[in-house]
Amino acid sequence: MSLWVDKYRPTTLQKLDYHKDQAVHLKKLVQCGDFPHLLVYGPSGAGKKTRIMCLLRELYGAGVEKLRIEHQTFTTPSKKKIEISTIASNYHIEVNPSEAGIQDRVIIQELLKTVAQTNQLDTSTQKDFKVIVLTEVDHLTKDAQHALRRTMEKYMATCRVILCCNSTSKVIPAIRSRCLGIRVAAPSVDEICQILQLTCRKEGLTIPREFAKKIATKSDRNLRRALLMCEACKVQQYPFSEDQAVAQADWEVYLRETANMIGQEQSRKRLVEVRARLYELLTHCIPPEVIMRVLLQELVANCDGQLKSEVTQIAAYYEHRLQMGQKAIYHLEAFVAKFMSIYKRFLEEGLEDLF
Amino acid sequence: MQAFLKGGTSSFASKPSKETASSSGRSQTKKKPTPWVEKYRPRSVNDVAHQDEVVAVLKKSLHGGDLPNLLFYGPPGTGKTSTILAIARDLFGDMFRERILELNASDERGINVIRAKVKNFSQLTASGTRPDGRACPPFRIVILDEGGLHDFSCPDACGHACILQAALRRTMEKGSKTTRFCLICNYVTRIIEPITSRCAKFRFKPIIAAVLKERLEAICKAEGVLCDEKALSEIIKISEGDMRKAITLLQSLARLRGSEEIVLSDIVDISGVVPEDVIDNLIRVCHSDSYDKLDSTVQELMAEGHSAVQLLLQLHDKLVEEDKLGDNQKSVIFEKIAVVDKCLMDGADEYLQMMALCTVIMQQICHADK
Repeated sequence: MSLWVDKYRPTTLQKLDYHKDQAVHLKKLVQCGDFPHLLVYGPSGAGKKTRIMCLLRELYGAGVEKLRIEHQTFTTPSKKKIEISTIASNYHIEVNPSEAGIQDRVIIQELLKTVAQTNQLDTSTQKDFKVIVLTEVDHLTKDAQHALRRTMEKYMATCRVILCCNSTSKVIPAIRSRCLGIRVAAPSVDEICQILQLTCRKEGLTIPREFAKKIATKSDRNLRRALLMCEACKVQQYPFSEDQAVAQADWEVYLRETANMIGQEQSRKRLVEVRARLYELLTHCIPPEVIMRVLLQELVANCDGQLKSEVTQIAAYYEHRLQMGQKAIYHLEAFVAKFMSIYKRFLEEGLEDLF
Repeated sequence: MQAFLKGGTSSFASKPSKETASSSGRSQTKKKPTPWVEKYRPRSVNDVAHQDEVVAVLKKSLHGGDLPNLLFYGPPGTGKTSTILAIARDLFGDMFRERILELNASDERGINVIRAKVKNFSQLTASGTRPDGRACPPFRIVILDEGGLHDFSCPDACGHACILQAALRRTMEKGSKTTRFCLICNYVTRIIEPITSRCAKFRFKPIIAAVLKERLEAICKAEGVLCDEKALSEIIKISEGDMRKAITLLQSLARLRGSEEIVLSDIVDISGVVPEDVIDNLIRVCHSDSYDKLDSTVQELMAEGHSAVQLLLQLHDKLVEEDKLGDNQKSVIFEKIAVVDKCLMDGADEYLQMMALCTVIMQQICHADK
């Protein structure tokens, strides 16, 4: 039994639920049997991967759905072995090069070259090219991105590259100018509602409109999360009632509590407690930038005008430091400490004004 | 891997009828799909667009049949790679493929690899005649393009990059009998002095609108693409003097529309430009002096998937022309834009950076004294 997210994933461009205009565009794009390199970007859970798979299906027919997982080993110049798993069909290969960390350049060079340098034996009945899908391109190192640029031009005849990322900011301009950018915006709350209702109908369930809306708002316009939440709620309690609580991820609740703790008391003791909680979150693999973002949103709610912008500035400052640095905990902690000091000063000033 | 490489044929054999049915329409018109960028690369130095001074100098040296070591620098899409390929073609005619060695980031590198490759390449003597008997210069050209040079450049970690560059200079001199080097890069400052002094430097300037327009029109005509006048000027505006960007954009648009005419509204969809009203709305929200409104607007922007770098660019263009802001306010805002841009490049979170920028803008608009 598979999750609803996978079970009801649309497989053709016609079946897509939203961004229909774009689907028509994409269809036209592949109709002539050829397309440029693509750069698909958008927030997570917006349906980037779904669109890519639909596109490939449109291009190659049902054959692309026969997937197999392969493990490949590459050797770096320093004789270090890197293992990476790829998902491939006869027509395409999907890799997440960032799995290899800073050695991703080797992957790009080796893999692309082997795929791109092989011509199809029988080009009369098949496409001339294979497709390489690279995911999480924004996590690629600059080195690897530079390795991509000329390869993309050189082997245009035998392969196409589809890049998939969350934001184009981290993709170097040289690559951006070689690709056709396709923006996949997150679905709106209404669209998510409709999809939830549709999915429930297919499952033979009924979902009240209000409840669907509640889930949709909670999901931050992330369709995948919405569907997962919906399924979780179904396990919790069915039939759905309108005032049923939407199950939230434990870490979110935990993070909110942490933010509240910071707001309540600003002392050395509290800082140590917060530190323990932050460590707890990090060990559960919650990305530090997400922690920072949620903390900011929660903390700012207790501040007024001037202070809000000040806190935002320091959050941005420490988050940047966090990306540059090595250990996330230092920077998260620094942010918390800084916030405490600003907030305390603000409260004391407020008190002085009273007297 | 092997299965992936070979697999295409085996699966085809099992179900031939379906495959032929779906591709029969295409197979008659089968051509090698080439991107227009490659198709319309200038074949001869004379065709290189807009770089008149460079072309003039190079033509002189072509006349003499000799070349110095070259260093081309300039923004992307201004014809650096095209020019050196065109020169090679002019010099060597049909045999230009054997006479050039392109080293770039897609190959394995490290100075040893480069050295070995260049050594092997330069040890082969080059004859002074072409197969058809005409004279041609007796040397080979090594092209180190931008990607390849990336390893030679000194970004922030100037440790081993400089060593590579230093190693290159001896290689350059040693091979000077039979090889010429052509280095291509975006910023000349990234290359160490001893190397720049060994090369004739050529700056490539961004291509002006009129030249871009002429080229695009020529391509439109050759490909039978209908393109609206307004759409064309929009393409030119977006591409900012980058010929490759302009042509790639044109080709994508042509693919998209098929035989129909390209119109203005398509371009916004495809070029990744943030629509004008979104920017206007953001600025309006900044005027409102409400943090919560700003927060929801920025979240909305991020959910729509707009790129923060593009937002910065357009926000900057918009605010420069804003009359209501004083010089002081503008300078504060633009300084912040610069900081945010750097942070984004370093990989900082888009939402937080945009919030930081917008709060500064809001602050400046609503509270600063002029």
